[in-house]
Amino acid sequence: MTDATPRHIPDRLNSRANRLLRSWESLLLAVAVAIFLANTFASPYFLDPWNLSDASFNFTEKAMIGFAMALLIIAGEIDLSVAGIIALASTAMGYALQFDVGTVGLVTIGLTVGLACGLFNGLLVTKMGLPSIVVTIGTMSLFRGIAYIILGDEAFNGYPSSFSFFGQGYVFWVFTFELLVFVLLALIYGVVLHATNFGRRVYAIGNNPTAAVFSGVEVDKIKMTLFVLTGLMSGIAAICLTSRLGSTRPSIAYAWELEIVTMVVLGGVSIQGGSGSIVGVVIAALVMGMVTFGLGLLNVPGIVMSIFIGALLIGVIALPRLITLIRYGRV
Amino acid sequence: MITKLFKSREIILLAAILALIVLVETRFSGFAAPSNLASVFNDTSILIMLALGQMVVILTRCIDLSVASNLALTGMVVAILNSTMPDLPVVVLIALAIGMGLIMGAFNGILVWKLDIPPIVVTLGTLTIYRGLIFLISGGEWINAHEMSGGFKSLPRMEILGLPVLGWIGIAVIGLFLLLTTRTSLGRAFFAAGGNPHAAVYTGISVGRTRFWAFTISGGLAGLCGYLWVSRYAVAYTDVAGGFELDVVAACVIGGISIAGGIGSVGGAVLGALFLGVIKNALPVVDISPFWQLAISGAAIIIAVAFNARSERTKGRVILKSAEHTS
Repeated sequence: MTDATPRHIPDRLNSRANRLLRSWESLLLAVAVAIFLANTFASPYFLDPWNLSDASFNFTEKAMIGFAMALLIIAGEIDLSVAGIIALASTAMGYALQFDVGTVGLVTIGLTVGLACGLFNGLLVTKMGLPSIVVTIGTMSLFRGIAYIILGDEAFNGYPSSFSFFGQGYVFWVFTFELLVFVLLALIYGVVLHATNFGRRVYAIGNNPTAAVFSGVEVDKIKMTLFVLTGLMSGIAAICLTSRLGSTRPSIAYAWELEIVTMVVLGGVSIQGGSGSIVGVVIAALVMGMVTFGLGLLNVPGIVMSIFIGALLIGVIALPRLITLIRYGRV
Repeated sequence: MITKLFKSREIILLAAILALIVLVETRFSGFAAPSNLASVFNDTSILIMLALGQMVVILTRCIDLSVASNLALTGMVVAILNSTMPDLPVVVLIALAIGMGLIMGAFNGILVWKLDIPPIVVTLGTLTIYRGLIFLISGGEWINAHEMSGGFKSLPRMEILGLPVLGWIGIAVIGLFLLLTTRTSLGRAFFAAGGNPHAAVYTGISVGRTRFWAFTISGGLAGLCGYLWVSRYAVAYTDVAGGFELDVVAACVIGGISIAGGIGSVGGAVLGALFLGVIKNALPVVDISPFWQLAISGAAIIIAVAFNARSERTKGRVILKSAEHTS
């Protein structure tokens, strides 16, 4: 052992192509392709462009929030209040209807409420040092609770016709406005997370917040930004959803927070923070959208679809671990 | 002594609950009457039991979001069994409910223990799976009061010394948890595994196994509560206790159980649940619409957790701000 230079062992498993093949995204893509094929065979109505376009509503609104949520979870935090923010933003817009604010006014109100809610979450987490999972369980009830106080069991209707464009309008042939927003946001978030300094810091915070502080990362400021972003996305989703439904009830977007977290985790974002990608979230959104749409075509009720989504979440995450365990003879 | 008393979360919470009761009493006399308070306790028993189960899970740094779905699925199964086989003794159904809950909880526990999947992911998944299964086995049908046998419905309402059996079961579970957390090695292990998992391993505690038992206990209680819920309200349908898992977590948080694990007490969980229970019972009495309930409990959670952080904050000169806010 006189030679001090490290010996290089050729690691065939670690080539670039191999890594890509074994990555979470490719596993997920395979699942997506399988579901796509299964759907094509299961129903003759699946491969219709208008049908598919219609089906995109299954995931576009949730995915918009999912992108911001992905960044937040990568940074080691979580926001369970997103559906509550949608309810509050939608209620605020409905309330504003009686003051004749016009479509621009409605959009401004939706965005502002989303932003303010995100700011509130962010302040509680960063300034007071509270765990985000508890804070946002609280604000989830608080935001939706305010919607219930204002609305009771009533509903706001009568949104102006120009407002309906956001949830019902088409921008190019079969492509809806929401689909366009989804694609744009995916690109923006992809670039921000994977190609900017900001994105790198988000990973750093999630991997080791203490080390990040010592490396000069402004942890609180970035976390604050992420909470505000998630709130803003919830505002955008609230505008799209309200416009699509044409009415506001306090139960709007009920239990969406769990579906959005499921989407993000299914997309390969580690719930413990520090890793994940936007591509993964996009594929997960498509997978969930296709599963629900395909089952819908087969007349499977929504609540039964949730079994598939839940099983998919656990199955996709458990399978690689199970294989590893079996390979090493630990089971 | 007095300052120490004031720092005890249980005392503060108890004071808050008493203040709340007095406040309501001034607006509506009779609220603080013993018989009414007994009925408030009875109403809150299910939440108390679930909060205790959730407490041991949270103590080990996990979270169980599947309790309400577990409860609803178990409730539906025993309700169906009761309506199709009315001759089956209620005791058998209760044993079945607890057993079913235990198995569902153990399933969560196995996934967390053996496959090392984050608890929030596991229980998020089983939450939706269990809820969907209810629809599958019931076909979306309701099981109504007239389809249930008399014994099935009457057991939790039977009054002993002025308190219905449901309330007595609640008290029994509180007693069992006091024993579990203060007198057994498993109880100590819950605190150790959450307080410092690495240190726990060195003292010979299997963190994974401890978590498994926490989930199993939580599941068993959810199963028991499944029977109690369905028989008390004499109806079973797919959405029974929808979203109740968050009430349960909220009760724990208000009761001072640290979400970072290792800190908490039976008294805290019980009082946290009672706090929510008193609010829920007081709102209609003082003529506030129940629509306020969600916002009030949300605000209570935020205030409680802010309070919590203040009392847990480490003393001494802060040279470098700690970056770790969460576990």
